[in-house]
Amino acid sequence: MADPKPGNAAPAKKAATGAYTPAGVSPNRRARHKYTVRLWAVRHSRFFEWFYNRFAAAFLLLHPVWKLFGYERVERPITFVERHVKGFLFDCRMCGQCALSSTGMSCPMNCPKQLRNGPCGGVRANGNCEVEPDMPCVWVQAWKGSQNMVNGNAIMNVQKPVNQSLRETSSWLRVTAEAAAARETAGRDA
Amino acid sequence: MAHFDENPLGPHLPLDPLPGHSSLGRLERVLRRGEFAVTAELNPPDSANPEDVYERAAIFDGWVDGINAVDASGANCHMSSVGICALLTRMGYAPIMQIACRDKNRIAIQGDVLGAAAMGVCNIMCLTGDGVQAGDQPGAKPVFDLDCMSLLETVRIMRDNAKFLSGRKLTTPPKVFLGAAINPFAPPYDFRPYRLAKKIEAGAQFVQSQYCFDVPMFREYMKKVRDLGLHEKCYILVGVGPMASAKTAKWIRSNVPGIHIPDQIIARLEGAQDQKKEGKQLCIDIINEVKEIEGVSGIHVMAYRQEEYVAEIVHESGVLKGRKPWTREPNPVDSLVAERLEEARAGKEQNQQEMAEIAAHHPH
Repeated sequence: MADPKPGNAAPAKKAATGAYTPAGVSPNRRARHKYTVRLWAVRHSRFFEWFYNRFAAAFLLLHPVWKLFGYERVERPITFVERHVKGFLFDCRMCGQCALSSTGMSCPMNCPKQLRNGPCGGVRANGNCEVEPDMPCVWVQAWKGSQNMVNGNAIMNVQKPVNQSLRETSSWLRVTAEAAAARETAGRDA
Repeated sequence: MAHFDENPLGPHLPLDPLPGHSSLGRLERVLRRGEFAVTAELNPPDSANPEDVYERAAIFDGWVDGINAVDASGANCHMSSVGICALLTRMGYAPIMQIACRDKNRIAIQGDVLGAAAMGVCNIMCLTGDGVQAGDQPGAKPVFDLDCMSLLETVRIMRDNAKFLSGRKLTTPPKVFLGAAINPFAPPYDFRPYRLAKKIEAGAQFVQSQYCFDVPMFREYMKKVRDLGLHEKCYILVGVGPMASAKTAKWIRSNVPGIHIPDQIIARLEGAQDQKKEGKQLCIDIINEVKEIEGVSGIHVMAYRQEEYVAEIVHESGVLKGRKPWTREPNPVDSLVAERLEEARAGKEQNQQEMAEIAAHHPH
């Protein structure tokens, strides 16, 4: 075992006994070594915000296409694409209810406590995570990212708890279907 | 005479409802009256003996307005907060039940809230909880189904709308005073006041802060809080506590996440002859500084393993201004009962008729 991580009393104590501890072990997942792409995405949160707005509009334009094939049938391929694109850019965890535009383009599901409403009280003085000492705190990044965004104030909204039954489903399709439904009801009322 | 914050029918019973109050508890009354509140943290026992809880609570008797029952703080296993609260409410204490999101999902939490409120718990504090890596069982599965914000909102919906999170109706909603935690001493510093605003929006009515050792930093935070007008919507209790020695302070600084101790504090402790005494004095000095800050409604004393000093610290800092919080007085009948039991054990003949006569015509 290399140097015990500072700030974690129990693992440090265990390491001091000389017992074997595999490297990079965390209670949540194997710690990743690089967060380069994710951090880059946060630094360019404004671009991603702009891009996503265009992208969502395009997806909504394609609503007749999704409807023609059936949302259930396109779900699998779209989910596949979404998982890999967002997985690469944001280390997406496929919670199925994307909050990226409210969290400065820093995915809150990467927080070991999966906090969706702001940083916990354990953030280290250097801005790193309490649980994963090598990882920059997701919420410190989110705050920075939101400051660059036009609609960065969305970080102040209280997010609902995650609906676990929506895991591994496409957030893009859900948003599109909801927007299309809202547009239809608005059209009917008018 | 019974304390004015006590139900005359028994200390374990709820108080009369007051307008504008969301709970039937003592802590909310004290805060809403504008008095400087004092709360303390009970060190949860690692035992199944109720006496351990009563002993630890008795230390605070007459010095605090609320006792925090921690929910496996630092992710270390102890008696559960629900259990501690059940014992404390029986005796008439005003526990603040902490709920951490680490160990329970939304189903368990909502059930616990109802159970606790039924037992007479009037104050619930919603926390995220430390990560499991910090505690004695780092191999445990972290739950974190809700976070502190959605937990606050859940309990607020249960109380105000009489509904579960699912929308199912409650026949009697839990009347609780809702609390949360703040840590102004961890990054991102400029987000922290907004996070308090979010917590208030989600339902927080009082907040207790993390250990405050850096008063200038806290003053800066409070300035921002006042600018946002948050101190008028929520009671802010500052976390304070004595440090046993410079060594402890250093250990805490490097091993307990989220506690910020500036170098000059450690230097002051190191330079002292009697470090324990200096730690206590430091705590009193910090109390005296923070109580003057506008928007501070009370203090939360966390004297882990030094609980016996809480009374002294509260007394010497003079924050109660002569006010005496509720204290558990022995029932006047208790001594009579004890005497009779003693007589019965000694085999002394008891004249039932005569005793019934006394009881009927000369009540206590």
